[in-house]
Amino acid sequence: MYDILETFRANSVQEALTLLQAHPGAVVVCGGTDVMIHMKERKLRQATLISIMEVPELQGIRLDGNGDLLIGPGTCFDAIYTDPLARRCVPMLADACNQVGSPQIRHVATIGGNLCNGAVSADSVPSLLALDAELTLTSLQGERVVRAVDFHTGPGQTVLQKDRELLTCIRIRRAAYENHGGMYIKFGQRNAMEISTLGCAVNCAMAPDGTIADFAIAFGVAAPRPIRCPASERMMIGSHPTHALLKKLRRQALSETTPRDSWRASLELRQQLICELAERAARSAIEQAGGTIDD
Amino acid sequence: MIKVIHCTVNGMPKEIAVDEQESLTDMLRQRLGLTSVKKGCEAGECGACTVLIDGVAKNSCIYLAVWADGHEIITVEGIRGKNGLLHPVQQAFVDEAAIQCGFCTPGLVLTGVELVNSGKKYTREELREKISGHLCRCTGYENILNALEKVVGIHS
Repeated sequence: MYDILETFRANSVQEALTLLQAHPGAVVVCGGTDVMIHMKERKLRQATLISIMEVPELQGIRLDGNGDLLIGPGTCFDAIYTDPLARRCVPMLADACNQVGSPQIRHVATIGGNLCNGAVSADSVPSLLALDAELTLTSLQGERVVRAVDFHTGPGQTVLQKDRELLTCIRIRRAAYENHGGMYIKFGQRNAMEISTLGCAVNCAMAPDGTIADFAIAFGVAAPRPIRCPASERMMIGSHPTHALLKKLRRQALSETTPRDSWRASLELRQQLICELAERAARSAIEQAGGTIDD
Repeated sequence: MIKVIHCTVNGMPKEIAVDEQESLTDMLRQRLGLTSVKKGCEAGECGACTVLIDGVAKNSCIYLAVWADGHEIITVEGIRGKNGLLHPVQQAFVDEAAIQCGFCTPGLVLTGVELVNSGKKYTREELREKISGHLCRCTGYENILNALEKVVGIHS
């Protein structure tokens, strides 16, 4: 038995927001794979749950008229991994979604939940940061758009006002994915049911002259929140990809992160992973974008 | 609070009064007597409680009974053919000795049924990934993979 006072099922965003206003302290639940565990661990007690699992507006993946990719936050990981549009436009993100938990978890857990729970280890988040995703947060008063890179504020903390707002859309701009290559690498101790020890996503594009035209690098578990590394990105953009440049990226990326010691991994291991994953993800992303890495 | 839900369980339409606090596992086991649905970790990790919800394998332990309202649930009790024979996945588990203590078996069989229903064929490596949400502490998985390969393997 779960420590639940009351449950509601919303059938629209409007209904969910109205329920949220009527029940202060209520928790929004979609797939439930985090919320249910929080109840089990007694971190969440006497819960009032508003399920948005069945809200049609929050489901599915489509292209906007201008070519931007729109992902419904209520879309489960398995649906993103297998969606032809997601696979074509953002294969890095689609593959990252297949690294969460297990098949049974991916059948229910959603990308919106992965964001809103604010976990620093969330597998879909580094790719969303590297793709410079924009998040629409909707309340009864209106909506606002926040860049994914500004969404997280600390461990388990985000700018989402949980008592009045819902994440209603994830937008990835056409310019951020078209002619880009991307790679997300997760390091874990095992292949399934594993929380990321460290994750790194790189999204990049090449210029006709063989230099790097666009480069974004993001990390999970390398700081108290998922982060981008702007100085590394500035160093890479406009440069010719060489092995020496990738070596420089290792040091630069490390200097922009603040990893920690935890029972899951030591500080030293995380530092080594930041360097190694940065280089590997960058190499792979550059190659996928059609670039070649010279000596 | 008690709520009345409507769902289909193993092909039968049901009207069930459930507690809002109860998991789908508890509803299936205690209200409907479907004890093939096992209580293992009860945290969505071991897969012993796996059922098919609208044809998709999900952990029923971290799924509330009230969320099943309007949905179709299949447990191992519901997969036997009309002629009373075992489902091909069950038969393959028997033939390949893919069962030891049996605790993980119902969940694994249902994941197998989901794979059969997909109409696709899988490599052994893909099957490993497909069963990665099930913990088996007896078999070492090899016979389970042999059984699944027999039914949905690329050479089957």
